[in-house]
This record gives sequence, C-alpha cells and structure tokens, in this order.
Amino acid sequence: MKPTFPFSALVGQQEMTQALMIAAVDPAVGGVLILGDRGTGKSTAVRALARLLPEVRVTEGCPYGCDPAKGSGPCGEGCPRPEGDQSEVKSHMKPVPVVDLPLGVTEDRVVGALDLERALTKGEKAFEPGLLARANRGFLYIDEVNLLEDHIVDLLLDAAASGETVVEREGLSVRHPSKFVLIGSGNPEEGDLRPQMLDRFGLSVEVGTPGEIATRVEVVRRRDAFERDPEAFLDRWADEEKALRARIVAAQGHIGSVQVPDEVLAKAAELCMELGTDGLRGELTLIRTSRALAALDAAPAVTLDHLRRVAPMALAHRLRRDPLDETGSGARVGRAIDTVLGPAAAGAPGSAQAVG
Amino acid sequence: MANASNAPATDAPDAAAMAAAGDDAAEARAAVWTDAAMIAALIAVDPAGLGGVHIKAWPSPVRHRWLDLMKEMMGPGRPFRWVPVSAPESRLLGGLDLTATLEAGRPMVAKGLLAEADGGVLVATMAERMATETAARITQTMDRGAVTLERDGLTRQFDTRFGLIALDESDTDEDGPPAALLDRLAFSLTLEGLRHDDDLPALFLAEEVAAARQRLPKVTIGDPHVEALCRTAAALAIGSIRAELLAVRAACASAALDGRREVDEDDALLAARLVLSHRARALPAPPQQQDDDEQQPPPPPEDDAQTDEPETPPDLPDQPDEPEADTDRDDLADNAGEEDRMVDAAQAAIPQDLLNRLIAGQGARAANRSAKGKQKKIAGARRGRPTGTRRGMPGGGERLNVIETLRSAAPWQPLRRAQGQVAHDGVQVRADDFRITKFKQRAETTSIFVVDASGSAALARLAEAKGAVEILLADCYVRRDEVALVAFRGTKADVLLPPTRSSARAKRSLSALPGGGGTPLALGLDAALGVAEGERRRGRRPIVVVLSDGGANIDRAGAAGRAQAKEDALKSAQAMRAAGVQALFVDTSERGRMRGKALAREVAAAMGAEYLPLPAADARALSTAVRARTPADADG
Repeated sequence: MKPTFPFSALVGQQEMTQALMIAAVDPAVGGVLILGDRGTGKSTAVRALARLLPEVRVTEGCPYGCDPAKGSGPCGEGCPRPEGDQSEVKSHMKPVPVVDLPLGVTEDRVVGALDLERALTKGEKAFEPGLLARANRGFLYIDEVNLLEDHIVDLLLDAAASGETVVEREGLSVRHPSKFVLIGSGNPEEGDLRPQMLDRFGLSVEVGTPGEIATRVEVVRRRDAFERDPEAFLDRWADEEKALRARIVAAQGHIGSVQVPDEVLAKAAELCMELGTDGLRGELTLIRTSRALAALDAAPAVTLDHLRRVAPMALAHRLRRDPLDETGSGARVGRAIDTVLGPAAAGAPGSAQAVG
Repeated sequence: MANASNAPATDAPDAAAMAAAGDDAAEARAAVWTDAAMIAALIAVDPAGLGGVHIKAWPSPVRHRWLDLMKEMMGPGRPFRWVPVSAPESRLLGGLDLTATLEAGRPMVAKGLLAEADGGVLVATMAERMATETAARITQTMDRGAVTLERDGLTRQFDTRFGLIALDESDTDEDGPPAALLDRLAFSLTLEGLRHDDDLPALFLAEEVAAARQRLPKVTIGDPHVEALCRTAAALAIGSIRAELLAVRAACASAALDGRREVDEDDALLAARLVLSHRARALPAPPQQQDDDEQQPPPPPEDDAQTDEPETPPDLPDQPDEPEADTDRDDLADNAGEEDRMVDAAQAAIPQDLLNRLIAGQGARAANRSAKGKQKKIAGARRGRPTGTRRGMPGGGERLNVIETLRSAAPWQPLRRAQGQVAHDGVQVRADDFRITKFKQRAETTSIFVVDASGSAALARLAEAKGAVEILLADCYVRRDEVALVAFRGTKADVLLPPTRSSARAKRSLSALPGGGGTPLALGLDAALGVAEGERRRGRRPIVVVLSDGGANIDRAGAAGRAQAKEDALKSAQAMRAAGVQALFVDTSERGRMRGKALAREVAAAMGAEYLPLPAADARALSTAVRARTPADADG
C-alpha cells in the first residue's frame, strides 16, 4: 500500500478540502459527495483526511468501537459492556476509522455474516461483523460511488438512514450500531448517482482540473517530491499537518458554543425557500455546516459570510432536478445567494423578515 | 544506449543512404518501432509509475514481437499476467480458494490476478470490451498500490504495483478502452502499419533496464523541465493533470535508462512526445497567440488583444503577486526555447487521425469519449445482477454460490462428522447445502431518438427531443436504460449522442444542435438502424423513436427530389421492420397539413412502427410515451 499524501500539501481545491474538514468537525452534517473530472485528486484528498482525524475513546473489545461514556449494556452483538455500572469497562484511544468500501465488495462483507472459519472449524454459529460495523463512529469511503452495484447501494441506504445495521441471514439475527459519515467520489461522466443515494449526502462539491499553469506545476512538483521520497515529504509537511489537526480538534471543542443569530436562521430559511428545496433537511444542513465552518474559523458566531460560503455545497445537490433547465445547479444557488444575501461584497443589511 | 532519446535520428543515415522513395515508408516504420521499443523499456524501468501503455493493434506477429520484447525488458522472474476480458471479478480481485478451503476445512484465500501481477505487468486483452466497472476495479488498485479484498467472508489486503498493457482491438470508429483506464496509462501506441519482416530490434538489454530500475529513485528532474511539460500540456489543452505527472515519470525513466541522475532536455522532449502528444485536445496556437491560450487552455473565443508583443516570452507567468517575478521570468525566458521545442515535438507526434480531427475542430475523440455506461457483461456466465441466493442444484445455467453453500453446510459439520458417514476430515457438503445465485435479468433498453432537424420547425423539435432525452436520463438510472440521439438534416444524418446513461455527457453533446436544410429521412432511419443493431450486439433492447413529419425530400444519395426521397425512406423503413426493431413514429406535422400526415403514416406503417401524432410534441409527453413502451425489470 502506498503511503498517503498529506492533506495540507494538496494544492487548491478549496471547496473540497473545506467540505471534508467540515465533515470532520461535525459528522452530523451528513457526508460529502465529491464529483469531478479524472485526475483532480478526489480520492487523494479523502485518504489524506484519515490522517488528520483526532483519536476517539473506544470500548475495549467492542467490534463496533462504541463510546464507553454513552449508555450502558452491549451496543450490539459481541460488545462486552455490562448493563448498569460502567466503571469496570476498559477503553483505549483509537484513530477514527476511515473504511474503504471497494468496488467488487460482496454483500456478506458489507453487513457481516456467519463467521465461516469458526463455523467450519468449531461448528460455532458466530457473527463476523462487516464493513458497516467497522465504519461505526467513523467514515465510510466509496470511490467511484456511481459505479457501485445496486444491491450494495440498497444496503448502504438502509444503514445510513437508520444508523444501525440489521442482519438476518444464515440463522443469525443481529442488530448493531453503524453510524458513519458517508464520503463518496466519482466522475459524473461515467454514470449518474441514484437519487436516493444523492439524498444521503449532506454536502456535495464539484472539483475541476486546475487551469492555471502555476498551480499545475506546483501539483506536479509536490507529487514528484512525494513519490520520490514519501517519508521525507511527510516529514516536511508534518508541522502543517499538526496545525490542521489542531484546528479540527479546536473546532470540535468550540462548535458547541458557536452562536447562530436569528438573522442567519432567517436568511437560511429564505435561501431554501428561494431555491425550493424540499423539506427541512437542506435548511438544517445549511445551519450545521455554517456552524462548523464558523468553528473552524474560531468565530464566536455564525455570520452571513459563513452562510454564503457553505450554501453551494449544502444546497446544490438538493435542487429539484429540472432537465429542461440549462443552468447548472451551482449557478442557480449562486443566483439565489445574490438575491437573498445581496451581491458578494457585503451581506444585505437588516431585512430579517420573518420567513421561516 | 546513448541513443535512448534520439534513436530515430540514428536510423536516418541508413535510410538516407538507400535514397529510394520506398525507403521513406520504411524509415517511418522504423521510427514507429523505435518508439515502441523505447516505450517497452521505459515501462520495464517503472511499470507502476508510468501506469502502462494503450496499444492499438490487432493480433499480429508485430504485436506478438512487441509483447515478447516487453517480457524480455522486464527480465526474468517478474510477473507477466494476462487478463482475459471474461475474467470474473473473483479471479481479478481474488476470493475464496474452493479446493483449498474444502481440503483444509477452513477458509483459504486465493490471490487474484491484480495481486499476482505485483512488480510486473498485466496484459488486458480486448481492452475495448472492458466494462467500466472492471476498469474501475483496476484503476482503484493502481491508484492505491494495493488490492482490498472484501469478498466471500474474507478481508485481506495485498500490496501490488504493476504496469498495465491494454490491448485495444477496436475498429477505427468504435470506442476504445474505458477513458478512466487510458487516463492512467502514460503511453499510447499504434502498431498498425508495421510489417513482421521489418527489423524489429530491442534498444536495450534487460541488464541495462535492471540497472536503470536501480538508478531510478535517485533521478531528479529540474523545475524548468517540469514547467515546460506543464506548459506543453496546457498548449495542447490537456485536461487531466495525470498527463504531466506521467510525463515527469517518463522523463525520469528515460534519464535512468541513459545512465544519468538528472533529467535533461532530451528526456523531457521524449516524455512530451510519447506521453503528451496523443492526449492533445487542441492544436497549439500559433506562437504569438500562445500567451493567451496558455492562460485559458481551451481556445479563448474573445481575447486576442495585446498578443503581438514579440518580446513577450510565450510563457509569461500569470502570478503578478510575487515580488521575485522578475527573476522567475528570467529563468522562464531561458527556458522558453526548450518549451517551444517541446511543443513542436509534441505537436509533430500527434497521431494522424487525431490530428485530422483536431484540425476539423472536433477535439480528440479520446477526450470526448466517456465510458458511456458500458453495460457489457463482465463474464459470460453472469446474467443480470445478482440479487441473492436460494437453495437449489447448480447446472443448467445456474451458478453455485460457493460461499453461501459453505455457510449453509458449516453448522452441520460436527453432526455429520459424528455420524461418520464420510471418512475424510474436510468439509462435508450435501446436496441440501447447495445454494445458487439468483440473478435479475435486466431488460435494458436503449431509446434511440431520430430527430428531423430540417426545415423551420427544426429548432423547436430538436429542443423537445433534447428535453425528452434528458428527462428519460434523469430517471433511468434505476433501470439502467440508455439514450441515443440521431439527427438528420441537409444531406446527412449524424449520431449526435451515442448511447449513454450519463446525463452530464448528454447535456454537453446536446448543447449546440444545428437545424435547417432538407429532409434526408432515409439516411436518418439508416443511421438509427445502425445504432440499434450495435445495441443489439451489446445485448440491449433498442427502441427507435422517430420525430418527423415524414416529408422526405432528400434521397439516400443526398440528392434532392421528393419521389426518390420517399421511395428511399420507405425502403429504409422496411429494413427497420425486417430487422425487427421496435419503433415509434411521432408525427410532428401540424394538424392542418394532411399531406404530411399521410406521409408520416405511410413511413410508420412501413417500419411497423406505432404511429403517434403529437403535433406539439413536448418533452414530457415524449418521454412519457417512450417510457410507456419500455418494459420494467423482469425476473430471470
């Protein structure tokens, strides 16, 4: 396995890196979809993110890595936690899991199945957790998400919606937590994403090939340096990585105290009305995302500027698709932002009319 | 081996000595082979770094010779694995080793081809038939340097780094291998034209390659060369940045082969020629315009002011914010010579057919081509998509699901052993345990719109057809349907949108549709039949939707004349009927024009098509009509 390229050494692609960092700060924003051309560093960025994530405390021996501070009793099949008093529970720190869901994965490995080895050698009926178990409290990454087979997509949709996995097969009846942040990437030229799947992503960003020569030269230079000597390259970027990780950790601690002024709430609602996005989900994601961004900026409260910056990634994929409308959804969001928040220079003052 | 990067020049004197006209061709062939041999050596030096090569050639002694050479360059002991187009996923990625598992009584892993190729090369035959999904598995493995196996109850990771040789046997107008795959291969090579009795020598010895491989990690490339390669890529309007990355690796491999630790200009030129030129999407602008072009890679439509300052280096950097820009500019100005030579070299090496298309302003097909959601089956034995398993006997086309069979047998092992009916220690499987995979047969449909783009109503009709295409695509994902669009006008019919299920692609292809001119209905129907038959060969079900008033006035030969045109149209319609293609004829003529109506009816009848008068055919009505005629999934 090749070492992963450092996140902080990625050149450009601001929207993508920002979306990933936001998801790292607040998993509740609900996943990131990255669509773009070939060779734009989509999967490089996601794999790089894994190294930035801070560690979490997990229950010793729990296949789902559950949080010992929450609840009591086993979180799922095979979890060793007792009911009642939790003081005896052993725990340790572990990196947040970033689990790869490779193409060609089979159903039994996604949801888990009868442990074949134990069944064959000992005749025991035991549950072997799958990828959805491993991804609990972490990230599940699907490269080429638009090429994933339909029956696997169904399994993911189910788990992503309920936050738990239910396995009923081979006489097993197992239910366990699988709360994860879904990260998908793909090239839209190779096929579209199923609408239900699209809906599961909180944020979506589009990445393009950098056009400026200076940028491309820098990309090539860094990549060349990295491939020549990964260790040295990682060393050189170690400080930057540390700083970025510290920023994420700080933001995670700070996010609870970030204020969301009424004006921002009103504008967020107005923006969603303007765009006609269905339901409350867009609005909620919009608020959560801008709060996470404010936390990353170490700002005390969300501003209209934060709202403006996150609106495209939170809303663009939620617009009802009108195949007859030529305008891309990004442009439509841009227009709505201008209408609601005023042109880019400054947020429109006042006008917090009660809309939502 | 000093001739590494300018080998064609050393061949020149020989050929010139012969000084005969026929030797020009021989010389050209020698140059092609020199590149081919160079590519083999470069790949052998750095297979994983360079990704590999796309070889366009039918099976032939020359192709055979090249593959032998490749093998020779790799040296002994390095894997050289073949991936047939029919290789099932389990063989590609690995999975449960049935024999060993039954023998041992516990799960045993079999490595897949991708893992077995570690350190060597993988040869994909008939790569043009490779499914997008298969290509994605290969490219994921190449990107990550490892195969991740999550199959058959197994979780394993195998490190593997290999080069890929994609053998492309496509016809000239057929799509080649999946674009995502080609994007990761440094080189592209056409062996057609070479003769097996030509002298086809190796340029290097396997030992030289091995030495270069040792040297490679220490080879460095200077910034000016990197910049020149990036600028050349920009001048050729190459999109994916992998092009430059691969060119850098190729330059390093070339330096290593030549025994140096520093990339020189010849290495960089060679890299530009072999890696960049076949990716060109536009011809470099004439020198005085280059400045503008480089900053906006696709030919800029509006800005051609201030381009005639002769002293401006063509590569004036667009980073005004840097105080040391002056020194940069000096460096770059020194470097401008190399860059010009590089652009020239790359341009000179653009393959002829690509060049013709670029001149015609059509862009590279390789660049426009997308995977078009190829739904070719990965393996012949796999029909439809697996939807689970059920108890049953394999055979008669039913496939045993090994892992599920073992799972169902597992709980009974202690009991069966206790009963002692079988002497051996392995797993005891009974007929009851057999599980077979259920497949859902897809009724995959390709809707082919044939749009009359002639006359005054053309624009409206095209817009509606386009709308219908997009509406169908917008919700066809689940059914994996595809849509194609043929337009006819003037004296020809064009396949404007080859079958696809990518709405992104459709949007782009349909953004500018021309209209007006005569009505060559016969040609339109012929073109549609061609597409329909192609789809049949891909195992899909075509449905042809014609949007026209039936008023043909251009015949098959492209000549004007209503009588002949009508006769030809009827003939083409009959051919469609004879081929048994399901068709729908949407009559777009206005209600009052009875003549048109009669004509349309007549053609529709000849086609055996359903006749649907929709004078104001709007996109939604059209898509609804088509959808009503395409069947839903059927269990198979």
